Amino acid sequence: MHEVGLIQNAVAMALETVRSRGAGRVHAIRLRIGAMSGVVPEALQFAFDLACRGTPAEGAALEIEAVPAVCWCAACAAEFACDDFLGECPRCHAVSAELRRGTEMELAAVEVS
Amino acid sequence: MRDKCEGEKTSGDGGTSHDHATGRQTIPVERALLEKNDTLAERNRDLFRARGLLVLNVLSAPGSGKTTLIQKTAEALAGRCRLGVVVGDLATDNDAARLRAAGVPVVQITTGTVCHLEADMVARAAAQLDLTALDVLVIENVGNLVCPADFDLGEELRVVLLSVTEGEDKPVKYPPLFHSANIVVITKTDLAAAAGFEREKAWLHLRRVSHHAEIFEVSARTGQGMREWADYLAQLRARRKR
Repeated sequence: MHEVGLIQNAVAMALETVRSRGAGRVHAIRLRIGAMSGVVPEALQFAFDLACRGTPAEGAALEIEAVPAVCWCAACAAEFACDDFLGECPRCHAVSAELRRGTEMELAAVEVS
Repeated sequence: MRDKCEGEKTSGDGGTSHDHATGRQTIPVERALLEKNDTLAERNRDLFRARGLLVLNVLSAPGSGKTTLIQKTAEALAGRCRLGVVVGDLATDNDAARLRAAGVPVVQITTGTVCHLEADMVARAAAQLDLTALDVLVIENVGNLVCPADFDLGEELRVVLLSVTEGEDKPVKYPPLFHSANIVVITKTDLAAAAGFEREKAWLHLRRVSHHAEIFEVSARTGQGMREWADYLAQLRARRKR
């Protein structure tokens, strides 16, 4: 997986934010990671400390908001959680083609001072 | 998340919250981690569309028959569509050499340790091809069913291969990639009986995961199903040209 590259992007964006705000340090980096993104949170954590070393983000906390996968069932006009990745509506058992949430890989916020 | 006293927080500045006790601010960023790749992919897509190219991103596990399918597709389209290839591997230019020997214009990308292609690699490689002389550009991704799923390259269509020797349940084992497929090609159908491949089961699994995909079944080696596949691509390309 490419967690190292993703975390490097996240840290680079956080450092950009720090610079643009005239702040000095990053205390926390908050990511939003979808269950269908294929990203392994543990691997992000593992890469994070290394990516921060020697930067104003050194020692920062990595906070990961996990976004569950949610599909839309057109027949029932309702959302449902798809824990098994297969998108079968628990009410009518139709297969949903519309994954509404769960592919996120985003930098949500940074905490700076 | 850190605890904050409501009384000490001020908010205004685009959702920024300020904690006066610690002097720390939480700044909303809301940017995609792959934003740079996504931007470059859009740039690729604009360039490819302006040239009227049909661009396919071909993905599968290693050994599913990507290179052979591409080579035989080029042959099946000969006289109708000119096909060029960008091929990614961790190392060697064996795949490119095979395609070049078959007379297909090809650029090899060796990614080193990177397990997938990214949009900027494709942009650099495509710049080495005479795109005005092509109708279809095929991007042969690194053999991998996990990582390439997240990386838009600027393709028009994602083509995911499933060879009969891999087992019918591959799609449900790797849902994100199969879910993102516009086309699934079941390959090596000439080996189906020897591999004990249960076609009905494979279709059932594909239908559960690859909701958006057109499904083709081919044997690039015997030519079975290749005409239907090549005709489909030629039609897509013709539509693009209009």
